[in-house]
Amino acid sequence: MSGSTPNTGANRIAGKGRLSPAKTVMFTFDGKSYNALEGDTLASALLANGIHLAGRSFKYHRPRGILAAGSEEPNALMDISRDSARRQPNIRATVQPVFDGMIAKSQNRYPSLSFDVGAINDGMGRFFSAGFYYKTFMWPQKAWDAVYEPFIRNAAGLGVSPDEADPDHYANQFAHCDVLIVGAGATGLQAALVAGKSGKSVIICDEQEEMGGALLSDATSKIDGKSAQEWADDAKAKLAEMKNVTILPRTTAFGYYNHNMVTLTELVTEHMANPDPDLPRERCWQVRAKKVVLATGAIERHIVFPDNDRPGIMMASAAQTYLNRYGVAVGSNVAIYTSSDSAYSVAFDLKRAGIEVPAIVDMRDTIDQALLDEAEELKIRVLKGFAVVGTKGRLRVTEIAVQPVNGENVETIAVDCLLMAGGWTPSVHLFSQSRGRVKFDEATGTFLPDIYTEECISVGSCNGTHDLSEAMLEASTAAKDAVGGKAPKAVKVVNGPRMSGFHIGSAKGAGPEDFTKAFIDYQNDVTAKDIRLAVREGFHSIEHVKRYTTTGMASDQGKMSNMHGLAIAAEALDKPIPEVGLTTFRSPFTPVTFGALVGHNKGELFDVTRKTPMHEWHVEQGADFEDVGNWKRAWYYPQAGEDMHAAVNRECKAIRDAAGIFDATTLGKIEVVGPDAVKFMNMMYTNPWDKLAVGRLRYGIMCREDGFIYDDGVVARLAEDRFHVTTTTGGAPRVLNMMEDYLQTEFPEWKVWLTSTSEQWAVIAVQGPKAREIVEPLLDGIDLDAMQHMSVQTGKICGVETRFMRMSFTGEYGFEINVPADYGRQVWEAIYERGKPMGMAPYGTEAMHVLRAEKGYIIVGQDTDGTVTPHDANVGWAIGKKKTDFVGIKGLQRPDLVAEDRRQLVGLKTMDPKIKLEEGAQVVDDPNHAVPIPMIGFVTSSYWSECLGHSIAMALIENGHNRMGETVHIPMPDEIIKAEICSPVFYDPEGGRTNG
Amino acid sequence: MANAQRINPLDDRVYGGNGVTLTPVEAMERISLRAEDKAVASLGKAIGFSLPKKAGTTVTKGSVTALWIGPDEWLILGVEGSDLEAKLNKVKTGLYSAVAVNHRNTAMTVSGAKAINALNSGCPRDLSLEAFPIDGCGRTIIGKAEVVLWRTAADTFHVEVWRSFSDYVWKYLVDSARSA
Repeated sequence: MSGSTPNTGANRIAGKGRLSPAKTVMFTFDGKSYNALEGDTLASALLANGIHLAGRSFKYHRPRGILAAGSEEPNALMDISRDSARRQPNIRATVQPVFDGMIAKSQNRYPSLSFDVGAINDGMGRFFSAGFYYKTFMWPQKAWDAVYEPFIRNAAGLGVSPDEADPDHYANQFAHCDVLIVGAGATGLQAALVAGKSGKSVIICDEQEEMGGALLSDATSKIDGKSAQEWADDAKAKLAEMKNVTILPRTTAFGYYNHNMVTLTELVTEHMANPDPDLPRERCWQVRAKKVVLATGAIERHIVFPDNDRPGIMMASAAQTYLNRYGVAVGSNVAIYTSSDSAYSVAFDLKRAGIEVPAIVDMRDTIDQALLDEAEELKIRVLKGFAVVGTKGRLRVTEIAVQPVNGENVETIAVDCLLMAGGWTPSVHLFSQSRGRVKFDEATGTFLPDIYTEECISVGSCNGTHDLSEAMLEASTAAKDAVGGKAPKAVKVVNGPRMSGFHIGSAKGAGPEDFTKAFIDYQNDVTAKDIRLAVREGFHSIEHVKRYTTTGMASDQGKMSNMHGLAIAAEALDKPIPEVGLTTFRSPFTPVTFGALVGHNKGELFDVTRKTPMHEWHVEQGADFEDVGNWKRAWYYPQAGEDMHAAVNRECKAIRDAAGIFDATTLGKIEVVGPDAVKFMNMMYTNPWDKLAVGRLRYGIMCREDGFIYDDGVVARLAEDRFHVTTTTGGAPRVLNMMEDYLQTEFPEWKVWLTSTSEQWAVIAVQGPKAREIVEPLLDGIDLDAMQHMSVQTGKICGVETRFMRMSFTGEYGFEINVPADYGRQVWEAIYERGKPMGMAPYGTEAMHVLRAEKGYIIVGQDTDGTVTPHDANVGWAIGKKKTDFVGIKGLQRPDLVAEDRRQLVGLKTMDPKIKLEEGAQVVDDPNHAVPIPMIGFVTSSYWSECLGHSIAMALIENGHNRMGETVHIPMPDEIIKAEICSPVFYDPEGGRTNG
Repeated sequence: MANAQRINPLDDRVYGGNGVTLTPVEAMERISLRAEDKAVASLGKAIGFSLPKKAGTTVTKGSVTALWIGPDEWLILGVEGSDLEAKLNKVKTGLYSAVAVNHRNTAMTVSGAKAINALNSGCPRDLSLEAFPIDGCGRTIIGKAEVVLWRTAADTFHVEVWRSFSDYVWKYLVDSARSA
């Protein structure tokens, strides 16, 4: 190290690795500053600085080190932040790129990582066995709230959730391609080269910062005459030249769904110190691929032996990656425990880099002579047929105990690191998610892809093909099959990785008779013992064993623990492994942030906000709004000093005394056109439509098949074969859907078409005794003298086309004026300009509700709840008595629906006229009845009526129609309110005002 | 008084950046046309050209375009003054429904090198030229809103949307363009 170059760690080996020593960044870990190289992961940077201790385990709080170099890491979960709002817990240090200024903290420890009071749990291991939570927190019931739940909540979970709103933004991207390649190791790159050459669209993604996979850690293989790293660099350069190839590094394929839909999450800015604020933090890709090539590789398995979890004990392949890719020595005195040939090249690379390798402990008796010769040449001691049966060292392994697999003599060896190589588990996660079926391969102890359901193909080590030459051929063939064309040139591999040999299940010292902690799942603190206990306690299905012991849960998702847990369970059950089966692999492959899944759908894009053409006018007038479905509707227009009550009272008075103007644009509208339109209307609505003359309106009721009210609205007949139908605001989409459904499935031969015109028309209601005087001068071609109540004329208002309807939802003389929506605001303003000096007031939905309630008009969804028939709601008159069919006619004949004592809509007048009932309040006959008091109904609508000077209410009451004048009671928390049953028409029952 | 004038819900918005340009389309005439086979030829004649019969295609003549929406459904677009509603409703052959939706919908064009990326942020359809050629059209979604896309050039799309959804779609596309 020269004085000018920051020290990026004592374990950084000059000249090794792919990172440039010139580019350094600074980060902190548990409050202390360190330097790293650009391209480092947090794990490689910590190891470079000699730090193995990275966390405490979940249950026993045992000190844990960095175990792996990839996304399978179970131990080194960190809390990573940029600033107080940009903080994320449970990030695997092995996948987190170090950026300048990064703040990393260890988790699950108190008060510090090296001294943690929770570690007392470790000594109490016998009390924390499998199923601990299920067994311990059983009783007494009362302790659950006070003791158990707070305890579990406190202990559960690893990191601490962020508590500030996430200031970052996230993106979503749909994409289609001919070939999606998951994984950019040797086979992924080769498949991309072949597919890319064809000109077809190709997407290749890889979860790591740098593409190349195991090639980047491989110091031995020669591919087409180049070193593995050179070949990878060449391949990437060629791909970058191809315009049809989309290259996505830092992108994890996390889910595989129907019809070859694969979801990816791309970390766009995670590696940047000062990302452009316009860049999304992550981008979620939803890729629909014609063919998916899975080149997801294999994950090295650890070995299950006593105390196999001390910091400094890690995967052999990880140590090789840290050495060859990051230039980091994981230790200075590194032993290896193996059952696989793959450990040897690790030992050789370490030794050649000047690191002591005191022993390769190989549990096998027969080892390839070439490996033994090379070990001898490098002066590495190989212990054939030996096992590691114990380790020592509190915060870092210091010593291992070895013993012949079939012998007694124990020897101890001083180490500062122990590497494990238990063989390789093909990553079949995505294949399995695609509903592909795996098959157990006895010879290699692995589950391999067998039956495919989706258009995908596995190549290379995820397919159990570990020979690099064969794997490359598999990749080339898969890509050629996907895109067509000639067979590509064979890739020539010399000195490829040697991957044979494996061990699954417990190793020596962790058998059924041994009282030791040999971990199979580091993250969930599950030991070999726990699996055996679960089986003894009757959990024989592997799915049950998984849930009882929690093995393979959380972010592990079976990456490291699966095969060991399965093998031990199989042994305890005395069954072959394939009979015990595999747990299901589920999405996501690795944890995905909520942000990535939410994408653009937050803030004002969380949902659609629908506004009418007059919306801004309402805003300018100071209206308060209410949400009705996705619509914003003006609720009331408070003037200076007015509360809602005062504003609504004033608005109601203005309409009854002069006039009001109301935005009814949100009503649903459907244009029903065709020679069979009237036939169709007869079927969809309870009313008869044959005799409705052109130019007339009618209030229609729509039922469901069961006879209950579904929707209502006023319908205009514009021509013999053309109806303008209105629906409730909230009902618009579902009414059109129901109509289309009947039309397409029940009456497909009928000549009638439905078009939604909800948004074509702005609707301006002008109501009140002065309505005519206000609008008359603005009209052209409308004959008001000839215009009866409930009729429609087409003509012009303010020079633009209108469907001009005389109708009333307030009980006053008035109009609903439809104009094409773009004209809405100007027509509205013209009317208001004329009406204002005459006392006209804009009114909102609240005043509209009061006025209609004074008239006893129902609101579907407020005075009906899906169990109310037209008779119940006093609109039985709207059922065509002579009709032989309509939707709901059969339902309405059911005994229940014609019974006398059904709940029926009535008015309620409180004895004290000042008391306004609560909507939803229960109504009873006898308030002195023993609790529970039988309830006879409930209040559906209740308002203060300023015009009448007393409160009014509507209620659904049993047999209400026959109980006019009777007294009922409404019990409230502090009083019992008396009310009289009355007609729901409180105002102008003769209807004289409506008729003008 | 002076006649009322149309106010486009997208009024005078503009967006340009990151390879994406959004422009509101000026007021148009629009007809939602449903028709039985017998009426199709005459309806075409009424607006001066044959209606497209192939799924996802459009035919344009002069300032009028017919977009194939379904087996018996077309969206007819024209500049103001095309008088489409009157022309179509004069047809006496066969049965059909021609309903003006000129104010129900509004439209914007999305153009630029990254137009497809922005659209595909919320639209699941394959917008490659092979799958969605120039003059192609389709009813689909952007985020939570239904739209009709019509590709007028390799990098230009006309997006028809119901007026009260237009603010949402505009903002969705701006958010997408920013991240594209």
